[in-house]
Amino acid sequence: MREVRVEGLSKRFGDRDVLVDVSLHARPGELVSVIGPSGCGKSTLFAALAGLVEPDRGTVTVDGRPATGTTFGYMPQKDLLFPWRTVLDNTALGLEIAGVGRRAARKRAEPLFEPFGLAGFEGSRPFELSGGMRQRAALLRTVVQDRDVLLLDEPFGALDSLTRTGMQEWLEGMRSQFGWTVLLITHDIREAVYLSDRVVVLGPRPARVRAVVEIDQPRPRELASAAAAAREAELLALLRAE
Amino acid sequence: MPSLVVVAVLVAVWQWAVTAFDVRPQVLPSPLRVVEQGWLFRDALWTNTVPTLQVTAVGFAVSLVVAWALAVVVDFSPWLRRALLPLLVASQTIPIIAIAPLLIIWFGFGLLPKVVVIALVTFFPVAIGLVEGFSSADREASNLVRSMGADRWGEFRYLRLPAAMPSFFTSLRIGITYAVTGAVFAEYVGARAGLGIFMNLQKNSFRTDLVLAAVVVTAAISVGLFGLTFLVQRLAMPWYAAERRRA
Repeated sequence: MREVRVEGLSKRFGDRDVLVDVSLHARPGELVSVIGPSGCGKSTLFAALAGLVEPDRGTVTVDGRPATGTTFGYMPQKDLLFPWRTVLDNTALGLEIAGVGRRAARKRAEPLFEPFGLAGFEGSRPFELSGGMRQRAALLRTVVQDRDVLLLDEPFGALDSLTRTGMQEWLEGMRSQFGWTVLLITHDIREAVYLSDRVVVLGPRPARVRAVVEIDQPRPRELASAAAAAREAELLALLRAE
Repeated sequence: MPSLVVVAVLVAVWQWAVTAFDVRPQVLPSPLRVVEQGWLFRDALWTNTVPTLQVTAVGFAVSLVVAWALAVVVDFSPWLRRALLPLLVASQTIPIIAIAPLLIIWFGFGLLPKVVVIALVTFFPVAIGLVEGFSSADREASNLVRSMGADRWGEFRYLRLPAAMPSFFTSLRIGITYAVTGAVFAEYVGARAGLGIFMNLQKNSFRTDLVLAAVVVTAAISVGLFGLTFLVQRLAMPWYAAERRRA
């Protein structure tokens, strides 16, 4: 479990500001959501954290030390499971790229298939999985790399609402069981309130932090509870404010 | 198969027309005569088929090596991509029909001029198929493998190369059919043996039936090699057919 702290992150593309002085933090084992209007720069923030985009200013530290290329485990919006690999080999991809042999990489991914609800599908091809299973496989592929912090970019955005609800409950259970520190991009206010310890609200482009809302309801929580509704209304008002 | 029905109907009409209008066999032999004479001259056809197959195999192998080398280089270097791709396109404007006799003058009647002709007509579709196949890799997938720590080589190996395979096999099919035609054409211009030079000699002695018999053999080779690419594809990427069936 790691503590992550992002301070004053800024990025310009050409003469256009995309991120302006973005700061946020997550304590060990916390889940922090980032919400904001479409195209506000949320994905650029994650790209900068994942090392895909070089920020112009700002620091990212994990447990007080500067983050490196292997700090964050990045899960993009699309599952991006490769059709030419079996599900097991897909989940082992990150380890293989990190230099772990294929056999050893499989050995490390295999025990996670049970808790991820994918047992029996190791040898299947991705197209044989349902949407929810594909997202779980993509998350497994991220988790097995054993990075300090998980970056989940709208992991459930493409799922139907029933599947999404199931996945949110599942993620909440997994997170408390494994103690991951997670940063989550989402469009879904209800999802943010249900899963998060803290919600960072970004304003429209360029992305600046408009507010940070602590969600201090005790766990286990219920989806769409009365207490949650108040926070949801608060976040919606923040997002809509001019 | 519907295409077999079409062929059967065409051959029947051809047979009927030749008989009904009493066409001289030097002009247009009946299909029956083509088969008869082809079978009679089966030894000559076979001894000329073997060199054509050899030339096709060597020429296409060279073409594949050149196409792969070029496509990989171009994929790694944007500068070379801009420098070489227009030249590739320009290479396709060379009229092979004019160059082929010159190749005989330069390189003689051996293997080399034929390999050059085959390579010239087939490396382009294969190289373009590969270049576009490599580029077909999802940008977000590139980001994913880079976030996993892959360098450019890792990105190529784990993503761009496997992503190019469907496109490669499509271009392989186009290339292999051109390769047979290219081999026959190269032999037609000048060779010691082969289906091309066989056709040329038979044409000169007005044996239209034997020319057509050689054409039938050529077509059979092309179809056979075309089918072979599907087999290789099945073995190389078993996931592809299964996924397509599902979609």
